[in-house]
Amino acid sequence: MKRILSQIMMGAAALSLMVSTTAWAENIKIGAILAVTGPMSFLGAPEARTLEMLVEEANARGGMSGHPVELIIKDSAGNPEKAVSFAKQLIEEDKVTAIVGPSSSGETMQIKKIAEDGKTPLLSCAAAEVIVDPLASYVFKVAQKDSDAVRMIYQEMKKLGIGSIAVLADNTGFGKAGQEQLVKIAPEFNIRIVENDVYDKAANDLSAVVAKIKANKDVQAVVNWSVVPAQSIVAKNIRQMGWNVPIFQSHGFANIKFAEAAGAAAEGIIFPAGRLLIASELPENHPQKALLMDYTKKYEGKFKENVSTFGGHTYDTFIILDAAVKKAGSIERDKVRAAIEQIKDLPGVGGVFSFSEKDHNGLTIDAFQMTTVKNGKFVPYPAK
Amino acid sequence: MTTELFVQYLFAGITYGSIYAIVAIGFNIIYNTTGIINFAQGEFVMLGGMIAISLLSFLPLPAAIALAVLLTMVIGALIEIIFIRWLENPSVLRMIIITIGLSILTREAAVHIWGENIRALPYFVGNEITTIGIMGARISPQVLWVVGVCGVMVVVLHLFFRATSVGREMRACAANRLATVLCGINPRNMVTFSFVLSAGMGALAGCVMSPITYTQYDMGTGLAIKGFTVAILGGLGHSGGAVAAGLLLGVIEAFSVSVVPLAFQDAIAITILLLILFVRPHGIFGSGEAARLKAF
Repeated sequence: MKRILSQIMMGAAALSLMVSTTAWAENIKIGAILAVTGPMSFLGAPEARTLEMLVEEANARGGMSGHPVELIIKDSAGNPEKAVSFAKQLIEEDKVTAIVGPSSSGETMQIKKIAEDGKTPLLSCAAAEVIVDPLASYVFKVAQKDSDAVRMIYQEMKKLGIGSIAVLADNTGFGKAGQEQLVKIAPEFNIRIVENDVYDKAANDLSAVVAKIKANKDVQAVVNWSVVPAQSIVAKNIRQMGWNVPIFQSHGFANIKFAEAAGAAAEGIIFPAGRLLIASELPENHPQKALLMDYTKKYEGKFKENVSTFGGHTYDTFIILDAAVKKAGSIERDKVRAAIEQIKDLPGVGGVFSFSEKDHNGLTIDAFQMTTVKNGKFVPYPAK
Repeated sequence: MTTELFVQYLFAGITYGSIYAIVAIGFNIIYNTTGIINFAQGEFVMLGGMIAISLLSFLPLPAAIALAVLLTMVIGALIEIIFIRWLENPSVLRMIIITIGLSILTREAAVHIWGENIRALPYFVGNEITTIGIMGARISPQVLWVVGVCGVMVVVLHLFFRATSVGREMRACAANRLATVLCGINPRNMVTFSFVLSAGMGALAGCVMSPITYTQYDMGTGLAIKGFTVAILGGLGHSGGAVAAGLLLGVIEAFSVSVVPLAFQDAIAITILLLILFVRPHGIFGSGEAARLKAF
């Protein structure tokens, strides 16, 4: 009896192996390295949820151009070392067609070369300019450029007559890259940076450093460049000191949870962001309007939480891959890579993408919209 | 430096300092009765904050905090009873590994229950932008809550250890375990009690600091490192020393900002920890004689 049973089991195992091998042959494997937990879970968690939602939808309608999608999400917890080993694993063992992510600039820079050497398209969700400049032929990014965000902020400052500022940045890759751009571009706009400090991504009170920059009477505005919850603490500490200085933040602030965390202190913060957060205010004929409203409705209905720009990044990677697979008529890495460079005028969450051999970001400064916080909500700046 | 700036730094330092001191006292209470460092101490702070935030949807703020502290005390007791009580003469190393394991376990449980988002209790008085002026400096009223509650906890704890019989039994247990058994005191109950007490203190601190620092599932580790530094600096097992060392470290960190870049703030704490371990391993306020008699 036992023998018969074990034979049946083996037979079943062999059968299932055959079935799955035939399925594998057609599947398109997409790897994702996202900071689902850890200090940068604000980025990774909505990114992973969005991707899972889109893959589920795509498979329900027959996959990407007929290829069922097999999604492999690896949680890096924001740790660059983990990202490196996951990247190698996805490229060499899982043999994925493309890698989505990582969530952060620091992690992306660690695996840029690995993706290039492994000839696997990498579609980063991180913002730093260095990801695509210098250009690596297999490395793309979908988040808006930080230099464009800096220019938006400086343009606004000039309009307000601000000439000398304090810069506070977090110590993530995003903070570091933003700080470099702020320093580099400041002379173009004739802006002087009189205080420049970096805070820890896990900081829980920053009143000492705020006291220091407040004591400098030349400071006319504060730029708080960060992608971690500590950025809300900066805003709170500034207001708690009774300091009514204009606060500018980066597109890393574009998650309503950061504004909620800062509460009343978030009111009036000015920052450049994609149009997702203010989608309902866009005119009907805007190319992104329908897509943004659709994504918001689906995501919020499914996960019972507000959409954030970061989830939008994986949305964009998915539609870019979808378009590229369709264009290439193949799921081979090389062909998909080449097809991405051919994509033009593709509306996404972050903006309207037009890639080329020289431009692996595909977005211009128009992808940004100056945004502010009013009554706990994100609204276009200047607020009506 | 102007008076205003000086007072501003001072308050920032006292805020961090009192939080560090409370975590360090939590270490000390358990160290005194068991001779081990409970590396899950930071997790008690996180649990207090998280539970209070969850209860806030059903209860008013004071009741939510009180119940959160009680629940965390129950969790502290359960942890001790399930994982530590039944061990016969465990080695120090084994106990340390167990508490590190517990800390990871609690953290993972928290991320599954509450998710990876930051949460916060509302400000006890006013909101995020309410400020009060003290000698030209402006601070949030919550800072006074943190400092006040931490101060009251230290005083109550001191009275408890001096004036109540349970407190005296716990101290006896710390002084000589064998002699306490001979006197008819059950040291195992004292150990459970020390976990309950330090869980409760941690949880209350976690509630009052939550509006300022936020509560996140992984906040415990950072706090444990700072609290450990302070406990060592003040002399392990020495509660008064922990308060002094906590305030000292907090104030040094705050004032360091005016001299070195902010990024070095944590490096300062670690440097102090290393220096103390090399030069005065029994801490500033601890006695070398007593330290030599202890297992760890």
